Amino acid sequence: MAKKKAEGYLSGREARRISKENRRITNEFEKQHKRKNVPESEYLTEMRDPNNTVEFDNLHTYFFTDAGTVKAVDGVSFEVPIGKTVGVVGESGCGKSVTSLSLMQLLQRPQGQVVEGSIRLNLGDKAYDVTKMPTEKMQHLRGNFMSMIFQEPMTSLNPVFRIGDQVDEVIALHHGEGKTKDQIKARTIELLEMVGIANSEGVYRMYPHELSGGMRQRVMIAMALACSPRLIIADEPTTALDVTIQAQVLDLLRNLKDKINSSIMFITHDLGVIAEMADYVVVMYAGRVVEKGTVEEIFHHPSHPYTIGLMASKPVVGKQVDKLYSIPGKVPNPINMPNYCYFKDRCEMCVAGCEGEYPHEVSLSPTHKVSCYRYYDNAEKGGER
Amino acid sequence: MAKTERAAAQEKKVNHLAIDNTFTPVTYDPQYILMVNKLKKYFPIKGGMVSKTVGYVRAVDGITFNLKRGTTMGLVGESGCGKTTAGRTILRLSGDKTGGQVLFNGQEVYDLTPKEMRALRTKMQIIFQDPFSSLSPRLPVGEIIGEAVREHNLVPKEEFDDYIDQVMDNCGLQPFHKDRYPHEFSGGQRQRICIARALALNPEFVVCDEPVSALDVSIQAQIINLLRELQEKYKLTYLFISHDLSVVEHISDSVGVMYLGNLVEYGATADIFRNPLHPYTKALFSAIPIPDPDAKMSRIVLEGSIPSPANPPSGCKFHTRCANCMARCKVEAPEQKEIEPGHYVVCHLYDK
Repeated sequence: MAKKKAEGYLSGREARRISKENRRITNEFEKQHKRKNVPESEYLTEMRDPNNTVEFDNLHTYFFTDAGTVKAVDGVSFEVPIGKTVGVVGESGCGKSVTSLSLMQLLQRPQGQVVEGSIRLNLGDKAYDVTKMPTEKMQHLRGNFMSMIFQEPMTSLNPVFRIGDQVDEVIALHHGEGKTKDQIKARTIELLEMVGIANSEGVYRMYPHELSGGMRQRVMIAMALACSPRLIIADEPTTALDVTIQAQVLDLLRNLKDKINSSIMFITHDLGVIAEMADYVVVMYAGRVVEKGTVEEIFHHPSHPYTIGLMASKPVVGKQVDKLYSIPGKVPNPINMPNYCYFKDRCEMCVAGCEGEYPHEVSLSPTHKVSCYRYYDNAEKGGER
Repeated sequence: MAKTERAAAQEKKVNHLAIDNTFTPVTYDPQYILMVNKLKKYFPIKGGMVSKTVGYVRAVDGITFNLKRGTTMGLVGESGCGKTTAGRTILRLSGDKTGGQVLFNGQEVYDLTPKEMRALRTKMQIIFQDPFSSLSPRLPVGEIIGEAVREHNLVPKEEFDDYIDQVMDNCGLQPFHKDRYPHEFSGGQRQRICIARALALNPEFVVCDEPVSALDVSIQAQIINLLRELQEKYKLTYLFISHDLSVVEHISDSVGVMYLGNLVEYGATADIFRNPLHPYTKALFSAIPIPDPDAKMSRIVLEGSIPSPANPPSGCKFHTRCANCMARCKVEAPEQKEIEPGHYVVCHLYDK
């Protein structure tokens, strides 16, 4: 009696074997993270270019789940220059957020682990490799050097504490030494005013439910900026907001960035927002970077079929089309990734070479890089691997 | 007449919080499938020891528009402006209306008996906002789509299975999906299930309440294309509620812009997008991010946030945030005026 097994079906024995194997691997990683008194030399590193705040180099972040290993981020390399905004675009599930969580070491552990590659952070006089840093040391970097604005302001504020207390806590933890309570409160109110909250004294005493979505997002931004971080990671900061509020929040972020001269890593799936905010754009698909370049290069000469499809599928005000382009098919199953180009099954511009292994990166210009077989000819002429 | 009696009874009940419910009744014009005239929906605020009504949230405060057969009207506005309530009130899904008229094919929707209303439900359907919470997790997809068909006895028993297969096929679902449960589907496919559920009853009019907001860009395009195909095939009329202006421009023939329960501007899509008249519409359009790094925009930034609909500003409700506010705007509420043929605006700036 051959009962047809559904796709992705696992027998009990197999599942147990996988979880046992996973435990072995993750325990190994956890031991590394939990060590105390790690010598600094172990995670000290050199920046490739001192003008970068962060360099992601061949980052691999895997999730060891009971159904198999999910390669959420699979060889991502890009850099964030000082004082610039880098936009990361892609569909949900393409690894945008996981990349930023790897940088903050905020991955869901022990399942989520950085297994390979490095993330180099430029601290000015020295550089650290985040992937090798123990958790203990990370706490000095988070908040002070880099901070994150989370996706949903509705769920990322604690509903049972007042706004003031939540922002105070950040300042007290990171910059609190030698400060009195009143000084900390004064700083909080200053921050709330900086993000454009008019009634800052009143908001200080309010609970999150008393604020609207836009106001909560402002509070989140105030918290992220409390210690003047050099790098702000904005993970879809405007997705849950209305266009008018979104415009306000984007203006605010841009002004604040100039004020404290920091870099922004801007994660979103809205191409309009990217065009407005970013200096550089990184397009991700299924855990890999498929195209990266300056914002002009990406928007005027999109080269990867996925980028082209993404641009065509978004309706634009003022441009009437009869039928929207839609990318056929769907994202491949993250547990069993194919060994050829991940986009091949959905691509309408396939060439003969597409049968081969995953394409390497081809340079179209010094800043514009794309992973696609269609540009291999160009690479032979002037590009390099 | 039953209607005046009911209105009188309502007036008596809440005379301490009088609701202005005067309107000139419209006469039915057969080219319009839906005629909405000064429609109001207030939600009472209960307070005090005996939970008496102490005020109203004016969610929909007198909106007027007509919708032609086979066309799509987009309804845009910030969250909390009453878009969704308007859609639900038109379908008689949120209790009784507070005032005004809703004529569906010339028939006042709120005058029907429950039995007649039940029959009319097959003609007017809704696609809900969030495909993750609007599908029952305990029913297989075939049952979700077919439940209402069976309830209304639309097809004979022996043809039922074929009929469901055909509906699913129209919406891009495979027949073997019928026995699966909603959690096995991705967001885009769930939205297809919601569309199939609405269309299984052969409706004439569908309210699409933010059908694509929860989806990715590439999936969004698929769903929008599907909605358009189905419209052409079955001559559907849509009321498309969304806060994404680029999607609304793409799909709609006419657009209504709502602010705090009022329809501030309403007209053909081309007219509205080419020549926005109301200061709020202008500000809203200037806030749309354009996917072109060279586009230079002069953005009109609206100060502050939307006022509370329980205690709206006097006069024109937009005057607290309006750049062109005049003394008159603070005391006198503007009336709807026709500026060009079919292009209506509610603003004192355009008084001649």
